[in-house]
Amino acid sequence: MKKLTFTSVFSQLLLLLFVIAWIVPTFGLFISSLRDKDVLAISGWWTSFTTTEVNEIYRTKGKEDQIKEGDYYFIKSNLFDENQVKEIYRFGITSKNIDEYEVGETALFKDETEITVFENGDYVWKSKEEFKKKKGKRIFVSAKSPPSFTLDNYKEVLLKEGLGQAFLNTFAVALPATLIPLIICSYFAYALTWMKFYGRDLLLATIIASLVVPLQMCLIPVLTIYNDFGALFGVSAKSYPGIWMAHTGFGLASTTFLLWNFLKTLPSEMIEAARVDGATHYDTFIKIVVPLSIPSFASIFILQFLWVWNDLLVGLVFLDKHPSEIILTAKLKELLGSRGENWEILTTGAFVSMTVPLFIFFSLQRYFIRGLVAGSVKG
Amino acid sequence: MADIELSSINKFFGKTHVIKDFSLNIKSQSFTTLVGPSGCGKSTLLRMIAGLEETNSGKISIGGEEVNNLPPKERNIAMVFQSYALYPHMTVFDNMAFGLKLEKRPKDEVKDRVHEAAKILQIEDYLLRKPKQLSGGQRQRVAIGRAITRKPKVFLFDEPLSNLDAALRVQMRIELAKLHDHLDATMVYVTHDQTEAMTLSDEIVVLDQGEISQQGKPIELYNNPKNLFVAGFIGSPKMNFVNAKISSIDQNKVEINILGSKITISKTIKSNENTDIIFGIRPEDIIITDSSDYDFQGKAFVVEKLGSNTFIYLDNEGDPIVVEASGDSLIKVGDDVKIKFDLNKTNLFNSSNKIRID
Repeated sequence: MKKLTFTSVFSQLLLLLFVIAWIVPTFGLFISSLRDKDVLAISGWWTSFTTTEVNEIYRTKGKEDQIKEGDYYFIKSNLFDENQVKEIYRFGITSKNIDEYEVGETALFKDETEITVFENGDYVWKSKEEFKKKKGKRIFVSAKSPPSFTLDNYKEVLLKEGLGQAFLNTFAVALPATLIPLIICSYFAYALTWMKFYGRDLLLATIIASLVVPLQMCLIPVLTIYNDFGALFGVSAKSYPGIWMAHTGFGLASTTFLLWNFLKTLPSEMIEAARVDGATHYDTFIKIVVPLSIPSFASIFILQFLWVWNDLLVGLVFLDKHPSEIILTAKLKELLGSRGENWEILTTGAFVSMTVPLFIFFSLQRYFIRGLVAGSVKG
Repeated sequence: MADIELSSINKFFGKTHVIKDFSLNIKSQSFTTLVGPSGCGKSTLLRMIAGLEETNSGKISIGGEEVNNLPPKERNIAMVFQSYALYPHMTVFDNMAFGLKLEKRPKDEVKDRVHEAAKILQIEDYLLRKPKQLSGGQRQRVAIGRAITRKPKVFLFDEPLSNLDAALRVQMRIELAKLHDHLDATMVYVTHDQTEAMTLSDEIVVLDQGEISQQGKPIELYNNPKNLFVAGFIGSPKMNFVNAKISSIDQNKVEINILGSKITISKTIKSNENTDIIFGIRPEDIIITDSSDYDFQGKAFVVEKLGSNTFIYLDNEGDPIVVEASGDSLIKVGDDVKIKFDLNKTNLFNSSNKIRID
């Protein structure tokens, strides 16, 4: 047992706080995305697990549905649409007193017609004279609504709103924009760590210096250069290869720096042993350094992938907004403008954009834990 | 044949001149040890032979061929590193076969050679394990095995035993000695441990600040150190040094003043009267006596009983004097001890330039 000290307790609590601060909104978003769009607009996601009480207004059917039985005219139907599972416990017929009657009681309208509403929404409206109005009467209902979840939002968002296409577009951007810099930086970091050449330290200093240059500062100059360059070949600067190169450029300094940081912790005697064994730099890189760097490759992959996945700015600047190119973040932003009041679309869209980062993190997290270098040197 | 010839080698790290105009001839199939305190340049020298470090000037040749511009793999050498430097993601077999596979040897040959080496080192049972599943001694065997499989003409060892515990170190030392008998290869061994140097070597090269201090057979260095540095470095516990003065020289006899008494040594020396000298004598060449004819009397302040013998540290102005007594010595801390020097085993050094004068 580890001793409980103030710092350990404090750090555990802090950790707990972080976990809660992260889990709660994520979970809430997830639940919200599964709720019915009408319920979503009026109650919080935490109410969706319990039976809730709702007050609603329905309208009865009009004269077309009346039938005559004996001396009386009846309209018999159900207040709810199909698929709705609600349990009525009170109802009313005026807006002043919306829960005047118990379920099963009979209410009397001013025109002396009578209505009886049952628990499941069935009603019987009875009149001595023929119903003349096309429109039915308003019925106020107090109902209990059991928890219910639906995948309709996802269907809607992915198929109708074009988020599915944007999802694929983002993949088409993020995978190459992660793999290309990863491949380049692995060679680069190896050279910076284990090869001796003139100007190596200067190059390293340049990389570290470029880490502090904000992306926003060079966004437009880069685009201008792309435009000129693209015009040379008669292609648009706003294209997939363009954004791949942009992300590669913006990500290369940090990925190289991170990998360099890892590579220099590899024991130099091991690299020298490989040299004595007759390995060229390429052999050493492929057979020794790469297998040992898998954990750090994985973590750099995660970092760069998440960065590209969540990026909006570069995507807006370097890609067009038509459906075949728009990325997820840009699409969400667009939806926020046009469908800002449709929460079901926004929550669902947001959750769709989160699924990949979540999947990536959970499937690769073991690489954070595993230390592959154990056993190489004394210890 | 693979004798190693180093001529006028110089090496600078920045402005530091670490190897100074260094020349050495290492005989083929010998076991030569480079020994010296840390920072003396012995590892740098070994790495230059290996080709891992460039020389600023001078010539290195192995087996008569100049290798200055050859990469390590073309020098016909193998190297064993202090930290073992195994490839952690490979099995023991793959570790040992790595060099052979890079040479694109046929599979059967690789397998035979690895098994042969594993047999010599008794690691056949571990061939499929990863380095992290092995103990320190086993890892070092694998590192040596990796060197053996390539059948080099020259083995270079860079302090290979310093990461092991004392018992294992003694065991591996014996195995290295056996290995040298078994393989017809030149072995160059770097260590700061003079015991390893004494026990393993055919030839010891003592280095001091990038230069050879003395070179010779182990026992020659022990009995006849050329200077104060070698005298102090070889032997454990180290030789006692006492400041003294020559009072008179008479043909092949010399009288010196030491610790308040006068002693006469029958030797011819290269020095003048009245010069300050340093008198050196090893702990085992000091005799404990009860008679009134003694050279020095001191109080014992530390008594180390090692079982087979006992080391007694006597109080003295300056450095204490260490005396070796038998294992059953009854001397306790605080006792007054009278000693006499064995005058056939003395070493005299000039106190200004530290060179041997007798």
